[in-house]
Parts: sequence; C-alpha cells; structure tokens
Amino acid sequence: MGTMISQQLKERFQTLLGRYPVKRSALVPMLLFAQDEIGYVSEEIVEEICRTLDLPRIEVIEVVSYYTMLRRKPAGKFHLQVCTNVSCMLLGGESIYDHCRKRLGIENKQTTSDGTFSLEEVECIGACVGAPAAQINYDFYENLTPEKIDRIIESLTAQGK
Amino acid sequence: MSDYKNPMGESPHQVPVLTKRFGIENSASIDVYLQHDGYKGLEKALTMTSDQVIDEVKKSNLRGRGGAGFPTGMKWGFVPRQSPKPKYIVCNADESEPGTCKDRPLIEKDPHQLIEACIIAGWALESHQGYIYVRGEYRYLIDILDRALGEAYSKGYLGDNIQGSGFKFNLYTHTGAGAYECGEETALLNSLEGLRGFPRIKPPFPAIVGLYGAPTVVNNVETLANIPHILLNGGEWFAKLGCERNGGTRLFCLSGQIARPGIYELPMGFPLRKMIYEVGGGLRDGKKLKAVIPGGSSCPVLTADEIDVPMDFDSLGKIKSMLGSGGVIVIDEDTCMVKLLQRIMQFYAHESCGWCVPCREGTAWIKKLLDRFHAGFGRPDDPDTVADIAGNIMGKTLCPLGDAAAMPTLSIVSKFRHEFEEHLRLGACPHEKAPAPVS
Ligand SMILES: Cc1cc2nc3c(=O)[nH]c(=O)nc-3n(C[C@H](O)[C@H](O)[C@H](O)COP(=O)(O)O)c2cc1C
Ligand code: SF4
Ligand code: FES
Repeated sequence: MGTMISQQLKERFQTLLGRYPVKRSALVPMLLFAQDEIGYVSEEIVEEICRTLDLPRIEVIEVVSYYTMLRRKPAGKFHLQVCTNVSCMLLGGESIYDHCRKRLGIENKQTTSDGTFSLEEVECIGACVGAPAAQINYDFYENLTPEKIDRIIESLTAQGK
Repeated sequence: MSDYKNPMGESPHQVPVLTKRFGIENSASIDVYLQHDGYKGLEKALTMTSDQVIDEVKKSNLRGRGGAGFPTGMKWGFVPRQSPKPKYIVCNADESEPGTCKDRPLIEKDPHQLIEACIIAGWALESHQGYIYVRGEYRYLIDILDRALGEAYSKGYLGDNIQGSGFKFNLYTHTGAGAYECGEETALLNSLEGLRGFPRIKPPFPAIVGLYGAPTVVNNVETLANIPHILLNGGEWFAKLGCERNGGTRLFCLSGQIARPGIYELPMGFPLRKMIYEVGGGLRDGKKLKAVIPGGSSCPVLTADEIDVPMDFDSLGKIKSMLGSGGVIVIDEDTCMVKLLQRIMQFYAHESCGWCVPCREGTAWIKKLLDRFHAGFGRPDDPDTVADIAGNIMGKTLCPLGDAAAMPTLSIVSKFRHEFEEHLRLGACPHEKAPAPVS
C-alpha cells in the first residue's frame, strides 16, 4: 500500500485545472502541492497526475527531475536548507552549513537515521539581508550563528518526538 | 517557528513610494489598501484609453527592475493591438538572483499593489488573463496572494465586469519549484506551460509570441508595483522622482559585510558611496571596503575605487557594470576574491540548464579550476584559462545566463589579478589559516 491522495489535494488539482487554457500548465504546481502534502513525489502522485493531465509518465518524470525542490524520496521531517550563496557566504554561511553537517552527522541531501532531519546546501533563498540564512521546510531563519542553529535543532528535536 | 523579521532598513534618505504602506498594520488586507489610495490608479486607468495608459508609462521613464532595465512603456508598446489569440500578462516573481530579496516584501506586505498593477496592465494591453509566477521557496507568498486575489474578486476588482466598466480580467498565482533559470522570461513561460525551464530562442519576443504562442508581457514584481503610482500621480511626477531616463525609486537590497543590511527604497541615481556609508552605515567592524557587486551576482564587480557612481542603469553601464536586480553586495578587505568567484561559479554551474554547450561545460570547468586554484594547487596560466573560458561563453549562449556567469568572472580576473598571483606565490589562500581541501 502506498500513499493515498486526499480529497483536499484532489480538489486543489481541480482548482488548478480551472486556471489554464491548456491542462498541462498545472503540472508544476500540482507536483509541488502534492509533495507538500505527502512529503515527496510518490509513484501514486505521478500516476494520478498522468491520468489527470493525459500525459505519458516520462513527461512527468522529466519535469520532476528538472526542478530542484521536487524529490522522489521522502526528506526528513525537518528539511534544513542552508544557503551558502554570496551574501550568506560573506557572513559565515559555509560554517553554518558545516556546523549542521557535523551536528547532524549527515552530508548534503542525506537524512538522519531516525528520519527527523535532512540537510541540503541551497542557493540564494531570498533572505540575503538577513544573512546567513536557512529555510527549514518553508520557514525562514536568519542571522544564524552556530549557537542559534544548535538551539533551533534542539527545539525541533523536542518537537519531532 | 520561523524567525523571519521585517527586512526593511531604516534611513532618512528613503523615499517611500512602493513601500509607503509597509508600516501600516494589516497592510496586506484590501480594507487597509483601500483606505490608503488602493485601486485609485485602476479607477483612473479605466477612464483612459489603452494608448493613454501606455503613454503615461512611457512618460514615466520606468525601466524593468528584473535586471535588464528595458523601458516598460516601450515593451508594452510592442504588444500588437489586434491579436487573434488572447493576450497574457505575466508577473515574474521568481526572484532568484543572488543578493536580491525585494520582491518578497512587496508581495508579503502589499499584495494588492501588485494585483492592481496587473489589472492596469491588462486594461492597457487589452488582455483578460494574467499569472503571477512565484518561486517555490516563497510558498507562503502564494497563500498571501491567493487570499488577496479572493478579496479583489469579492470587491469587484477582478472578474467579468470590473467596477461596472465591462472590462474582464482574471488573475492567478502559479508556482515554480526551484530553478534559477525559470526567472529568464522565456524559460518562465515554458515552466508556466508545464515544461522544463528551458529558454526559447528570441526573436520572436514574448510580446509577439509568448505564453501559448500568444502576445505576452512579462514584467518583474517591482516594475509592476510602480504602475498604480504612475497612473495616480502621473508619468511626469514619477520621472522626476529619479534621474535622467531612469524614473522612480528602486528597492536596493544591501547585503554582505555592511553594518546595517536591509532593503532601502531610494531614488534612482542615488550615489553608491552614500548608499554604503550613510544608508548602510559603512562596513561591519570598521573594516575597509574591497569590492561591491552592484546588482546581483551576475554583474561585473566594482572595486573600492569605483563607487563614486550614481545607481542608475546608464551610469553603471558607462563603467561597464550593471544596475541589475538591485542586490548590492558589499565585500570587505578580508574577503578572498578567488573564493568569492569560486562560489559565484558554483551557483551558475549548478543552475545552468544544460541546453547549450558553452554555458553547461564552461561554467562547470571554471568552477572546477577555481576549486583547485583556491585550494593552493593553481598553475600560472589558470587565470588566463579562466578568462578565456568565460570569453568563450560571453555572447555565445542561447540565453543570458551564460553572460551572467561570464561577466563577474571576467571582471574579477582582470580587476583582482593580484589576488590570483598571491595564491600562486603562497601555494595557499592568504585569507585562510590552512589550505582548504579539494572538493
Ligand atoms: C538567468 C536569468 C534569470 C532571471 N531571473 C529573473 C527573476 O528572478 N526575476 C525577474 O523579474 N527577472 C529575471 N530575469 C529577467 C527576465 O528575463 C526578464 O527580463 C524580466 O522578467 C522582464 O521584466 P522587467 O522588464 O520588468 O524587468 C532573469 C533573466 C535571466 C537571464
Ligand atoms: S545559457 Fe545556460 S542556462 Fe541559458 S540556455 Fe544555455 S545552458 Fe541553458
Ligand atoms: S545569498 Fe543567502 S539568502 Fe540570498
């Protein structure tokens, strides 16, 4: 048994379909919203979208593999995305990223064995004036220091239990 | 548990036009918007003809805030009057140029300003449908916009008969899912059609053949946000806010090693030196300035001796750099320019869509070469090789991402050549305690 597609998500798909003269246009939003709900682009999602949009599987997979936010496997419950691009790098973004690697004992795009955290080094997330910055799931964290990241990880660990 | 704070900076030099409602409580709601000049620009536009609206935008000297600085009125003028296909308005909210984070508060704090702008653009171009393309990472902005769109529909500012005028306009949000290249307007259109974000060959330009093969205007969030103000106060008023051929204000994102980072709304043509030292409070910890990236990481870098320049499209063009997207990145004396370039190229190598060879191969090779060079294993001819590869990307690619990678490279290799020489002499990076491992 795989993941089920909720009624809410199906309704969201229908709303999306009403927005475009060409159905296929709904593809990227559908994939992202489905991932938001299920955690990744599961096989069921791919099949459901192929059916809804009348697309061959390969054309959906092709699009999934192009966009960096879309993933075919679950990430951790808390997906830490640390920006190391220029504005962040100038204020220590790389050491924040290294600190996370060591603290969590995982490398880029890996997940901790208990599934609580995953880590990713990302490009600019549009929080440059609050550098160094990170996104955890969709939440932004700014002016990071190793101590601050430690506190955030601790509080999320408590929440994750 | 997000700890995201208001990114707006404070400075007496600011001229709040686009940001004038930011401080008001509930500024994102339609009620607050309506109490503060909201939808008045649209009401005025609806009493004017399409040509009159476009003329007003032409008079304003508004130029595209997405990066290229193309005159907006002229772009609107390219859209054919008669079209057998429906025309489209597309707002580019993909904001991914490193150092740039201004479109985000514009949507977060004042979504109706953007919505009103899109409707006015629709009226001016006789278009009845529009999309706001928001980068996936800004997922929360989709919710803010959807809520605001709902309010606009219920108050009759969107829909089949806007304010009883008979004009019909529908506007929707659309989300990307992580790809810098999707900010390029033709790649964005492909993404909006459910394809991978590969660019299209220009010409034809989107104004003639755009979304679904129909005439389409693609404008940046900040560009559009100016439109209601231009309609309400007149093109001439707007032109006078800025400097010659550069109307209005600009949202500058001051980041990097600056004492007071933040987004500041300043008149076009504001002096860069004053921006760094008065608005931004100078460098952190009293350090000395080494370099400035004036408009996002694609721009040629300026040295500390080149900052006596007005921040407008033409003045920066004259010194062979660009105003770009408004991302001003300040770099201090302790920063290694080789490392900086390495990180910039890591970005472009990652984001190259791979469609054309010079960009796909060139960016990856420059990045690899710089990894090695910065780690202390450089060869004397490496700087020339890097410049040579960049020269072979410049102007030879399908879309401007290739140029965006080549320009900072060429500027850093030529203006900071001495730092490359120093690495060679020391066999290590002079700014790092121990040589960095090769990655
Ligand atoms: C690689 C690349 C990325 C771009 N990213 C953006 C972006 O994120 N936002 C944006 O408004 N324009 C971006 N642009 C510029 C757009 O192609 C286009 O010029 C702009 O949206 C036009 O709007 P404007 O005239 O209002 O500036 C990008 C261009 C390139 C080549
Ligand atoms: S220049 Fe780069 S990003 Fe643009 S089409 Fe070529 S490979 Fe793709
Ligand atoms: S460079 Fe890190 S958020 Fe922009």
